[in-house]
Amino acid sequence: MSAIEIRDLRKAFGTLEVLRGIDLSVETGEVVCVIGPSGSGKSTLLRCVNLLEEPSGGSVHVDGVEVTDPDCDIDAVRRRIGMVFQQFNLFGHLRVRENLTIAQRRVLRRSRAEAERIAAENLHRVGLAEKADAYPAQLSGGQQQRVAIARALAMDPRLMLFDEPTSALDPELVGEVLAVMRSLAAEGMTMLVVTHEMSFAREVASRVVFMDDGTVVESGPPEEVFGSPREARTREFLHRVLEPTRVSEAEIGVHTPFPSRRS
Amino acid sequence: MADPETLATGADGRPAPLPAPPRRRLGRRQRQRLWRLAGYLVFTLVLLSVVAAADWDRLADSFLRLDIAGEMFPGAITVALRNTIVYTLLAFAFGLVLGLVLALMRLSSVGPYRWFATGYIELFRGLPALLVLFMVGYGVPLAFPDREIPGGVYGAVTVGLGATAAAYMAETIRAGIQAVPRGQLEAARTLGMSHARAMVSIVLPQAFRIVIPPLTNEIILLTKDTSLAYVLGVTATTIELTKFAGDALNTRVNPTPLVVAGLLYLAITLPLSQLVRWLERRAAKER
Repeated sequence: MSAIEIRDLRKAFGTLEVLRGIDLSVETGEVVCVIGPSGSGKSTLLRCVNLLEEPSGGSVHVDGVEVTDPDCDIDAVRRRIGMVFQQFNLFGHLRVRENLTIAQRRVLRRSRAEAERIAAENLHRVGLAEKADAYPAQLSGGQQQRVAIARALAMDPRLMLFDEPTSALDPELVGEVLAVMRSLAAEGMTMLVVTHEMSFAREVASRVVFMDDGTVVESGPPEEVFGSPREARTREFLHRVLEPTRVSEAEIGVHTPFPSRRS
Repeated sequence: MADPETLATGADGRPAPLPAPPRRRLGRRQRQRLWRLAGYLVFTLVLLSVVAAADWDRLADSFLRLDIAGEMFPGAITVALRNTIVYTLLAFAFGLVLGLVLALMRLSSVGPYRWFATGYIELFRGLPALLVLFMVGYGVPLAFPDREIPGGVYGAVTVGLGATAAAYMAETIRAGIQAVPRGQLEAARTLGMSHARAMVSIVLPQAFRIVIPPLTNEIILLTKDTSLAYVLGVTATTIELTKFAGDALNTRVNPTPLVVAGLLYLAITLPLSQLVRWLERRAAKER
């Protein structure tokens, strides 16, 4: 049984079709990285897995439970799916420790002592044990994102969703978040990651999925997708992302030097 | 205005690099200074003429009769001020609870809740508080002869002023809820919280933090609105500051009680507005 099984997933916002029939499965223990240009539907795909977006068609199964079934207890399914957002979304009115314990206590009904023990373990896991008493606003972006990861882990999720976890970070803070994700992957966590970090995808992913215009264009092991992409669209995207300084004027439709302003 | 001839130096006579704008005799800064001076002058003159026109002995005799002021105590504090505060707090509590419910209804995905809340808010924002008090005090008893609002005048003031305050507070609280980023709710839902649990534990605490300054303002407004309670026919034990001062004014035919009542209102509202300022400063720092 796959951790995530997505069949013919469709999502439209009004007349705008964002997902046009996605088929994708993630096996337990796999790390799947979804790459692609902005607006290609990557984040929407991720948000359909835990029903933050209501799919317009198709089905999504998580651990054998169909989340797209209207009778599905979505709160129960979400408990097993950790999610990390681009904007961290830490609870600003709560200390770091309380950020990690509130759902454990209110949702999982753990005792205060147990919740705090698990919170401490997970803060230690992301290297922020000493920040338990801080408020989110007192932390750097990288630290906030690591706390967000720890908050998700404290619920003992069966799989983790990452929605561009490093896109809102200053460049020098990206590494610490990727390091935490890498160690998580090494521990065998099932992960579905939407990312622009190609080196992370190449190094950590068991499979890379390239999306464009609401469809999966190509998917396979990272060495194949990055090393010898089959599709022209994949090749163009990777060329632009991996070698931004080599993008020629001809490619983007600039045929002459800019006309001079003199008249 | 001062004579322009004496001030027209400085900017004049310098070489003009560009085709000159209409020539001015005064520099920009000089003119500004001149206008400010003129303003101060007029202001001081008006103030002085008012002070000179007033008959200070008569004024003191009318407004500052210490013997009459003394007679008002301790009743002014133990009964009138106390009731003013009690009416304010009761109406505020009622308005806050009702306002919160209305705000949540207004944001509900259920159409009829939204329509009801919108209708209520538009209605009670549009009606004078005095009219609502009359309604509660005289309209409701006539319409439901066998029922009555518990608590007598206290209950009627609570409902009458609270109903109006709720309409304003509902809009304030709604704005506060909407100011909490959508990601907060999403993060809470992702952790398995129900919508209601996420609202109570995550969104509302942050929303209330945002709306504390405007809600404190609402208390100040309510404090003053309690002066309308007299229309319900208050008695010696339920009397509030304005009516208390009005009665004393009638019996002594001297306006000193009004000054006393005014000072007592200020004793409530000035610290509150100071508090609002402090809260706003703190909120600005947190952002």
